[in-house]
Amino acid sequence: MWRVLAAIPDPEIPVVSIVDLGIVRSVAREEGGVVVRVTPTYSGCPATDWILAAIRDELAAIGVPDARVEIQLAPAWTTDWMAADAKRRMREFGIAPPGCAVAGSPSAVDVRGISPLRHTGVVVPCPRCGSARTRLTAQFGSTACKALYRCDECLEPFDYFKPH
Amino acid sequence: MTPSDRFDFLLRMGDSTLVLAQRLSEWVGKGPVIEEDIALTNVGLDLIGQARMWLSYAGEVEARGRDEDALAFRRDAHEFRNALLVEQPNGDYAETMARQFLFDHWHLLALKAMERSRDERVAAIAAKSSKEVAYHVERSTDWVIRLGDGTDVSHRRMQDAVDGLWMFAGELFLPDAVDAAAREAGVGPDLAALAAPWRSAVGAALAEATLTMPGDDWAQRGGRQGRHTEHLGHLLTEMQFLQRAYPDAKW
Repeated sequence: MWRVLAAIPDPEIPVVSIVDLGIVRSVAREEGGVVVRVTPTYSGCPATDWILAAIRDELAAIGVPDARVEIQLAPAWTTDWMAADAKRRMREFGIAPPGCAVAGSPSAVDVRGISPLRHTGVVVPCPRCGSARTRLTAQFGSTACKALYRCDECLEPFDYFKPH
Repeated sequence: MTPSDRFDFLLRMGDSTLVLAQRLSEWVGKGPVIEEDIALTNVGLDLIGQARMWLSYAGEVEARGRDEDALAFRRDAHEFRNALLVEQPNGDYAETMARQFLFDHWHLLALKAMERSRDERVAAIAAKSSKEVAYHVERSTDWVIRLGDGTDVSHRRMQDAVDGLWMFAGELFLPDAVDAAAREAGVGPDLAALAAPWRSAVGAALAEATLTMPGDDWAQRGGRQGRHTEHLGHLLTEMQFLQRAYPDAKW
């Protein structure tokens, strides 16, 4: 069953699976059938319902028709549970993975002058060219789990999957 | 702690996150730049997710068959238990960010305290939420500093926003009988004890923003007991319209 679940992609980041993300906490045969426990990444993540439905559908397809999929809140999900190999695939996909930030001083002000003033003393290297000359554009990008950055070297914008 | 007190306590958390999320969603398509539009909506999304967890649990504790949707869409203003601060209108961008800033700092402290709650479900929701709210705090604090220590106009607007909203923040630290019951049961935070760390964090950011912390701490109160400003009713008419007009409508 784990193999089937490991083939379900994250709907927002298709190069990583829901098992890579670390959100599938357990798969168990219990009285009354199979129970899959899933912890959401962010509490408002709109992909959660899709993921729960995909788990039921995929398990039904291999002859496990009545799997119960339960939300498990504790312990809270952390990006530390993400597989190392998944972080590599994420970078190749163009998203800076969590935990890739290194010490340094980021570029100061965004082109429009709207980026925050305070800096945490870390830089997020560009997933495309590897440059450390990057700047934060906004703490939230295309989804709640990602921040929006811009590279001053190759001039490409990119997403940073925030450590959580 | 009686089930009724626990229900009220959970409604207060659920309603404050829900109402603030609804306010933020009013900015959709109107943000000053697209990045801000997206960021505000994402903060709202986090808060809606948190509201769902609080209100689902509240419905279970109440045990009258009301789920999160029934609680969100089928109660009138006097049954809402959110803080007055979060129902205040969006105003300009300074007002939206000042409201967020004052609430976020309280929210994070309250959640951190609730991570040690004796109610396991409360502790789990708090632990999940506080990771998200840590980013909210960072964001709203950055904006208060950016606008406060910005141009003459942005400074004036941010000072006006902080001055205008200050009287709605005090309520967050004034416990009533429900809060006392939650605290004694080890379920909820000691609200009064959050005031000092809140003032210290908010004060440090205001100082960096070259803004003056308002001196008058008189607090408007009543939201958490169901006595609201006129703004909440207007917000609910929009938020609840569909479920009122077409009860039980589904996507």
